[in-house]
Parts: sequence; C-alpha cells; structure tokens
Amino acid sequence: MQVEAYAGEEMVLNMGPQHPSTHGVLRLELETDGEIVRKVIPHIGYLHRCFEKHAENIDYPGVIPFCDRMDYIASMNNSLGYALAVEKLMGLEVNERVKTLRVLMAELNRVASHLLSIGTYAMDIGSFTPFLHCFREREKVLDLFEWLCGARLLYNYNWVGGVSHDIPEGFEAKTREFVTQFEPVIAELDKLLSYNKIFLERTADVGIISEEQALSHNVTGPNLRGSGIGWDLRKEEPYCGYETYDFEVPVGLGEHGPLGSCWDRYYVRVREMEQSLGLIRQALERLPEGDVHEHIPRRVRPAKSEVYDRTETPRGELGYYLVSDGGLIPFRVKVKSPCFTVLSLLPAIAKGGMVADIIAIIGSIDIVMGEIDR
Amino acid sequence: MEYLREVLTQQVAGYDQLPEVLQIFLPMLLACLLCLGLVALVPLVAIWGERKVSAHMQDRLGPMRVGGWHGWAQTIADGVKLLLKEDIIPAQADRLLFKLAPLVVFAGGFAAFVVLPFGERFIVSDLNIGVLYIAAISSLGVVGIIMAGWASNNKYALFGGMRAAAQIVSYEIPTVLAILTVVIPVGSLSMQEIVKAQSGGVFNWFIFEPVTFLAFWVVFLGTLAEVNRTPFDIPEAESELVAGYHTEYSGMRFAFFFLAEYANMFLVSALATTLFLGGWHGPGFLPGPVWFILKAVALVFVQMWLRWTLPRLRVDQLMHVSWKVLLPISFILVLAAGTLALWREGAP
Amino acid sequence: MKRYFRDIFQSVWTVLQGMKITGAHLFTRSCTLQYPSVKWELPERSRMRLFNKIEDCIGCGQCVRACPVDCIYMTTERRAKEEPPIFAADGTPIKLRVTQFDIDMSLCCYCNLCTYPCPTHCLVMTPEYEFAVQAKQDFLYRFAKDEPQAPPKPAPSPRPARAR
Repeated sequence: MQVEAYAGEEMVLNMGPQHPSTHGVLRLELETDGEIVRKVIPHIGYLHRCFEKHAENIDYPGVIPFCDRMDYIASMNNSLGYALAVEKLMGLEVNERVKTLRVLMAELNRVASHLLSIGTYAMDIGSFTPFLHCFREREKVLDLFEWLCGARLLYNYNWVGGVSHDIPEGFEAKTREFVTQFEPVIAELDKLLSYNKIFLERTADVGIISEEQALSHNVTGPNLRGSGIGWDLRKEEPYCGYETYDFEVPVGLGEHGPLGSCWDRYYVRVREMEQSLGLIRQALERLPEGDVHEHIPRRVRPAKSEVYDRTETPRGELGYYLVSDGGLIPFRVKVKSPCFTVLSLLPAIAKGGMVADIIAIIGSIDIVMGEIDR
Repeated sequence: MEYLREVLTQQVAGYDQLPEVLQIFLPMLLACLLCLGLVALVPLVAIWGERKVSAHMQDRLGPMRVGGWHGWAQTIADGVKLLLKEDIIPAQADRLLFKLAPLVVFAGGFAAFVVLPFGERFIVSDLNIGVLYIAAISSLGVVGIIMAGWASNNKYALFGGMRAAAQIVSYEIPTVLAILTVVIPVGSLSMQEIVKAQSGGVFNWFIFEPVTFLAFWVVFLGTLAEVNRTPFDIPEAESELVAGYHTEYSGMRFAFFFLAEYANMFLVSALATTLFLGGWHGPGFLPGPVWFILKAVALVFVQMWLRWTLPRLRVDQLMHVSWKVLLPISFILVLAAGTLALWREGAP
Repeated sequence: MKRYFRDIFQSVWTVLQGMKITGAHLFTRSCTLQYPSVKWELPERSRMRLFNKIEDCIGCGQCVRACPVDCIYMTTERRAKEEPPIFAADGTPIKLRVTQFDIDMSLCCYCNLCTYPCPTHCLVMTPEYEFAVQAKQDFLYRFAKDEPQAPPKPAPSPRPARAR
C-alpha cells in the first residue's frame, strides 16, 4: 500500500492500560497518521507484583503459588517449570506416575490456555461466538482440574518432588470423554473461524515475523513455530519423559499469505491443541502405578548451587534461574519470560499497519501481562 | 394519515364540527405519537431479541430473570437504569454538540418511519418521493455521529466518527443504485406504488426476479453497513475503539444512540421488505401489517445472525467491498434493469 | 480477475458455512447454570473457605510457617501442669492453649499449603464459597475460644519472624 500518499499530521493515541483488547494491562503508545500507525511503543509494568523479590523471602514450596500467578492462564505449566528446576537443584528423581501425571496436566492446561488464546483472538478480530464456544470447552477442562485439586485456575498442583493429589476415581474416563467430544469442536472452530474469509483477510497478511527476526529477538513457543521454525523444548530437551511420547511439532506453513503471519501463529495453536489431545490420550493409557507423594522431601533444602531449567509452556520457553545458598529460602529466583521477548518485537512488526492490525498482532502473539511484569 | 382522518371523522362524534385546523392537526399528532411508540417499542423488542439470539447461538441462555418468561422485561429494566443514571459530560467536551448529537442521530431514524407502508392504508404519508426521502433522511444520522465523535473530545470517539462518515457515505452509493433497479420497472418513487407493483402472488415479488434478486443482496449489505452492524461495525469496533463514537456517552444519551441503532436496523429491513419482499402482501390469512412486520423482523434476524457469526472487516477492506465489489455490481444491475425495462416495453 | 471472483465466492461460501454452524447452535442445549437458583455441585477437594476445628488444634504453628502470604496469626501459651489433660480427636495430647487463631480470608491465596502439614487435620479448606461480606474486617475469622490465662507478653509481633 502506498502509505506516503496519505501522509498528514500525526496523532498520539494512548491505547491501554484500560483497553478491551490489550490483554490485561499493556499500554501502547501509538503514533497514528489517520488509520495508519507510524510507531508503537509498548509500556509494561502495570501488573508488577515483585514476584522475584517475594520468592527470596519464602521457602521453596511457598514460591509455587506465586509461580501459578505469573501466567495465570497456564498455571500448571508455570509451576511445573519451577518444580523441575528445584528438583534439578536438589538432584531429586521422581517416579513414573508423577511424571505421567505432570505431562497429563500440562497438556490439559495447554489445551485450556490455547482455547483462551484462540477465543480472545476471535473476539479481537470482532467475532464473539467462537470466543464463547472456546470458553465453554475451557470450562470443561477447568472442571476436571477442580475435581483433581480443588482449584480452577491457580492449582498449586506441581510440588517439589511430586504432585499434590493423585487423580480421583473416574478421572481417566471423564478426561477421555472430554478428549473425544473435543475433537469435533476443533473441526467446527476451523469452519466457523479459521477459514472464514474475513478472518483470513484480517490476519493472513499482517504482523509478519520473519525467521531472522524471530531468532534475533528470542521468540519462542507457538510464535516461533508460526514463523516456520520447528523448535519445541518438549522435543529438543525433553523433560518429564516427553521423549517417550509420540507427537508432532506443528509449524506455520504460510498457506494463506506470507509465512509468519498472525494467521500462521493462530493456526499453530489450533494444531497444537490436536497434538495435546494425542498426548493426553497416551498419558492416560500408560499411567503407571505409584505413590505421588513418594519423593516429596520433608524439608526442601538444596545444597549451595545454581541451576537454569526451561520448559515449554503454551506461550513458549519459560526459564527459571535458581540460586541456592544452602538455606530454606531461595537466594535468587529469576524468570525468563517468553511473552516479554515477543513483546519486544511488537514495535518492529506493527509499524506501518493500521490500528486494527495492532489489535490483530497483539492478539496473535498471545501475551499474558502477569508473566511479563511478574 | 388520510385513513386516520377518515376513521376519526366516522367514529368520533362531532369531529367534523371541530375547526379545520384541528381537523388536520389532530391526525398529524396521533400519527406522530404512533410512530414514536413504534420507534420506542421496536428497539425494546429487538434488543431483547438480539440478546436472546446471540445467547442461544453461543450456547447460553441470555437474560432470564426480569419479568418472568425468558427475561422479557430486561430491556425495560435496562432502560429505566439508563434513565436514572448520572448524566456525565466530559469537562473538555463541546457541550452543545455533545447534547445535540444523540438527538440528531435519533431524529434521522425516527423521521424515516413516516413513509414506511405498513399496510394498504397504514402509512403516515405516502410521499411521491418516498424512497428518495428515506435515503436522504436516514443519512442525517451520520451528521449526528460525526458530531458525537467530534464533541466528545476523545481520540477513540473521533476515530469512530471519522470511520462512520467514510463508511456510511461510501455505502450509500451502491445501495441507492441497487434501489434504482426496483424504481426503474415500477416507474415511481412512492413506497405504496412499489408495493402495489408486486401484488398478485408471492412470485411477483421483486426478490424472485434475477436482476432485483442480486440487487436485494446489494441493498441488504449496503444497509447493513449503513447501520454499522457486524461485519461492518468498524465505527464502534469494541476491540479497537473501545466503543467508537459513543465512548464518552452514558445514561440516557447513550440510550438514544442505542435506540437509534436498533430503530435503524428495523428501518432498513422494512425498506428492503418494501422494495423486494412484497411489502404488506402475503397470503390472506394474516392482515397486511402483520406480514410487513414479520418480513422485516425476519430480515432483522438475519442481520443478527450475521453479526454473531462473522468477524469484523478492516477499514481498507470495508472500502474495498464498497467501491470495488458492490459498486460495479450495482452499476451492472442498473444497466441490466434499464435494458430489461426497455426490452419489455418494446416487446409487445 | 479470476482471483476477484474467487474471493467473492469464497467470502459468500465461508459466511454461509459459519451461519450454518451458528444456526445449528441456536437449537442446541445451552450450558448456562442459573446460578442462585441452581448451584454447581463442587467436588470434595474444592478449595474455598478455610475452617479450623479449634478443639483439635494443638497450636503447633506449622500452618503459620507454611502460609506464603502470612495470613494466619496464632498465639499460644503453655497450659499449666495441674490442668486436666486434653486430647485432639486423633489422640494427640494438647499441651498448648491457643488464645489466638485468626485467618485473614481477604489475604488468603487459597493455595492449600497450610492444610497439608496440619498434624491433627483440624485446618481444612471447605467447599463453601458464598462468603462475601460487607466490611473488610469481617474477613478476619477468629477461631480461638480460650481466653489468655497468663499475663500478656509486652507487645508480641503479630507476624512470627521467619527462620532463615
């Protein structure tokens, strides 16, 4: 498009922190020229809760509820990363049942998280019905979690050395039931939203993250895979026995428009849900016997050391850097947030688009402010 | 109105003894009140209907509490709430324009109801330029929208107002051209004449003729854009512009915008009904006005159906649809309609 | 030109497909729960309101140490030797008199960490979730029943210091 021909006076539009589609409390400073956005400056920090400093004052198990509250949409995956990091710090090995349960819950949580991301993305583009259809399905996952551990959103489920609850009786059957009835819903969603011409027009040609950009800005997770790079920590650095599961890493193919567009990122999430369903099925099938509390230490007191451990959350690579001084309380907890890195790319990819494109791009990179600000 | 006057003369004793000014003025007043009642009632039902339709499409129930059966009184309760709310005008707003804007928007929609032919004799005024009048007066709304957007002194509202202006003006053109395809064969701009031209069975309706069938869809899409409904709801795009031109409005002033939106929805559906769906014609077991309203409501339902299915277009795509898709089609349709009319004239 | 018509066709076709789906959903059963009249039956593990059966509490203070947000306040005093021995429901002898056991429910983060270490299982999270109050101080639940017998110590800190 020949943008220059319409050049005029510029207006600074302040989008957020109270805006319906900045996904929480992100504030964007837009320099607009009519509908065209010349410059985007993201401002973060409106949800800063001093997680890292808090963690330096609480014993190791007490940090887990705070981890849940970072990326509150994918709590299971967040606390999993922390639990694994502390276990690595202590040199603790957990039994097979715990590992399988962790995979099961992480994947269920991934489905729930992607459902929310897809649903809110539909709403950003202006379609309300897919949003509520997604939420209806997400409720079913949350009901399962509530049955499992009593909480719907902030589970405190993955503990150092184990998990808080074994699955209740009948949980497997109920989960299988969910998986079976969920598959047609994905197909319906494809018809209703993914391949809708208006949706394609709005998303398939905007917000292109090229391969080089993605790599240079340390973009991870579905955003990276949307640019066609099949990097998934579950494959590359397996944890919790992911290497024994059979699953694919979906990547963006650029079927509609250039590779790395908003639609590619969106559709990677849809296909990841399918893969997660497969993982849930496999985990349910193999579920070995064992005591989930077997390896939980009475006292979490790692020796003086430090560790960096990373896991694949629904939003990308979440890393925990832990330093222990040999006491009951961590000396330092540093989190590497996947959303922060991808948000740093926003000014580059949003420039020159329209105001509506900014919304489409923010929705497609699927950020959670709780994790960026911590 | 003539019908109303006849009824009054025949039914009300001593009406013809009144001074002539009153004899003319009273039916005017009555017709006005009836119209106002309709304009107030239609949105009440339509808003409730929209909430119910959207809810069931999304596997929800919608309002269920107020009034007992499926929350039928929800809109009334909401209206009362809006009436009682504090009237907030932003400090930096242009107060006069800010207050005037909702009235202008509402008046535009309201005035157009005058020429709607609800039945053979149920029409306030059968203007001989009825179609032109509707096209003209319903565009008054855009003036109000720009006023609202400017007067709010809010950047989002300004964006909304500008988008609305661009959108409504662009979609006016293909809509009016497509309406011409009906006017050409009828040879009149009067609403009643157009309805009468479609008499004699369902298949005489203009929607069942090839040229006007396409024109119907052009008009439907064009008017959908003119009343700012999804997928063309960019002036009030919630996820982009918060609430567009009525971001700063609250209470009764907001209610006026809301009423006007739903009144306009009914208005454009009624227009399409008149032009293409045979107006008040229908099988004899129901009276004409009932048929008219049923057809209009069906079209309103389709508008809602579209809204709860589709995402929203972007500004440039919106213009693309108008100027590059609808406009060429409507030009071709006008040519076709003209050729057809000439051919039919020459044929016998 | 070909693309132009294909785009129009695709738009119409996908819109119709979407309408078919939403139209079908118009007639499927809705999943709404009419909340105050119909209530969702919560599973027994639900973590809502905290409850302490104070008769069984031995005042060990493990819950206070476990709480990551410090919302449990407890003060105890040693029971005199000559007082009759009392026991918790599972037979644990109670040697401390709990004179203060307050939980600030408005601070609670519902993480459930306090209930696991409880040796007599007297502190539990109940599935009760309708406990909204008008004033914030009503969220301070006072469970202790015993009056302090010994003279109070000079200004005890409400939050016990953490061992590092």
